[in-house]
Amino acid sequence: MNVSAPPQQTHPDVASQATVSLRPVQMRVGGGVAAYWRKVWAIAHKDLRAEVRAKEIFSTMSAFSVLAVLVFGLAFDLRVPQAEMVVPGVLWGVLLFGGVLGLHRSFGSEVDRGNLAGLLLAPVDRSAIYFGKVLAHLAFLLATEGMLLPVMLVIFDVNLFRPGILAGLLLGTLGYVAVGTLFAALTASSRSRETMLPILLLPVMVPVFVAGVGLTVASLDGRSFADYRHWLAILAIYDMIFLTLAFVVFDLIWEDA
Amino acid sequence: MGTVTASKTMRRRLTGWDVAALLLNLTAVGAMALVMWAALLYARPAVNLAGDEQIAQRIFYIHMGCNIGALAGFLCSLVGSGLYLFTRRLDWDRVAQAGVEVGTLFGCGTILTGIFWAKPAWNTYWTWDPRLTTATITVLLYVAYLLFRNGIDNRHTRARFGSIYAVFAFLSVPLTYYSARWFRSIHPVVFGGSNPEAQGDFETIGPTMSQTLSIAMVGFLVLYVALMWLRWRQLRLADRLEELREELET
Repeated sequence: MNVSAPPQQTHPDVASQATVSLRPVQMRVGGGVAAYWRKVWAIAHKDLRAEVRAKEIFSTMSAFSVLAVLVFGLAFDLRVPQAEMVVPGVLWGVLLFGGVLGLHRSFGSEVDRGNLAGLLLAPVDRSAIYFGKVLAHLAFLLATEGMLLPVMLVIFDVNLFRPGILAGLLLGTLGYVAVGTLFAALTASSRSRETMLPILLLPVMVPVFVAGVGLTVASLDGRSFADYRHWLAILAIYDMIFLTLAFVVFDLIWEDA
Repeated sequence: MGTVTASKTMRRRLTGWDVAALLLNLTAVGAMALVMWAALLYARPAVNLAGDEQIAQRIFYIHMGCNIGALAGFLCSLVGSGLYLFTRRLDWDRVAQAGVEVGTLFGCGTILTGIFWAKPAWNTYWTWDPRLTTATITVLLYVAYLLFRNGIDNRHTRARFGSIYAVFAFLSVPLTYYSARWFRSIHPVVFGGSNPEAQGDFETIGPTMSQTLSIAMVGFLVLYVALMWLRWRQLRLADRLEELREELET
């Protein structure tokens, strides 16, 4: 991989594929908020396009999630009188464990393909790289959830398509990806990133897990919105705190690279 | 330069710092003896409890002391990590690491004494009480911190990544606490509500118990400072040794 070429020069292999129209992304250092978000989108777009071609992350996460739901279904089938009792825990547990499988590819794939230096040399603020990765992985994880909910509907016969649960999933996934992407960057160059990332990530994710399960329980019990909005508040506060913090510290990760 | 200072260090007699460290360690040993005496003998038995519970209640002094040590350790890790990220002096990173190591030790002590105390008091070793949940998750967070550090070879990268993780870990603790607190209650408004671990009003029970509690907290704090200082110096010397070894090789 050529390291020195700035990313606005499209790779000849990529450009030759006529089906994807590649607009050269205008990369300017500085510029307003719109310019910043264009850079963020360029990074996210790159990851999304790579995923559409390789189908590496989504397929891994969704296959794992379906398998895990089946395993949990088998495990709880004999002893649990009502599926509603275990479904909230299964949903969030499967998401937490399945999400790690994709997240460690976030920067891991860049390291494996020798692409990291090229990415870091891009004339963009480092935080734009972070938000681009967050956006892409938010999309992967939401797609996995979109597949997971119908599977759970079939296996457990519990309808999780409720506005409260969907809002909680969106906020919880955002918080998960926000912290997960930063930790993926921290562990990307370590020898044992596949095992290190979950060990780092899961304890920090406990608030999201607890709030997500609480919200799902309340929503499945048919409580009113006022009874579970504090869970949404916790998730929103979590997202705000950790997105801001990650934005601040992300520059520090590769300062010697 | 390295060899000159090295030979100086070898010839060095006891400095003022060494004497201070020795005195601090002796104070810590004395303080712990005092805490044990106060907790086991001096404090009067709790009048509102009976049997096993009355004896087990004395664990509380050690439990609370360990808790203070853990809190101090994790606070030191946050302060050390933040200051490292601002100043880039490795000494602050050593403060953070020593704080986490000593804090994790005290945190395990808090959980273990809590488990021993909970069986006679609550008739169960474990409940999903917000404090228990948060304390355990916090210890796990810092165990993860230590594992993570071990996997990074470069000294400066290790310090930087460790500091970043320590800041994240510390900030997630209050959120864990509030989410676990809300998890166990039907109504969200429990700020300032009843405290499940409240031990009653110490002033009405007797002055010896509140005195013992103060002795325990100060005693464990002294022990914390002594351990922290020892570990910090040890880490400093280990880094120094590493530097000298590298100098010799080149």
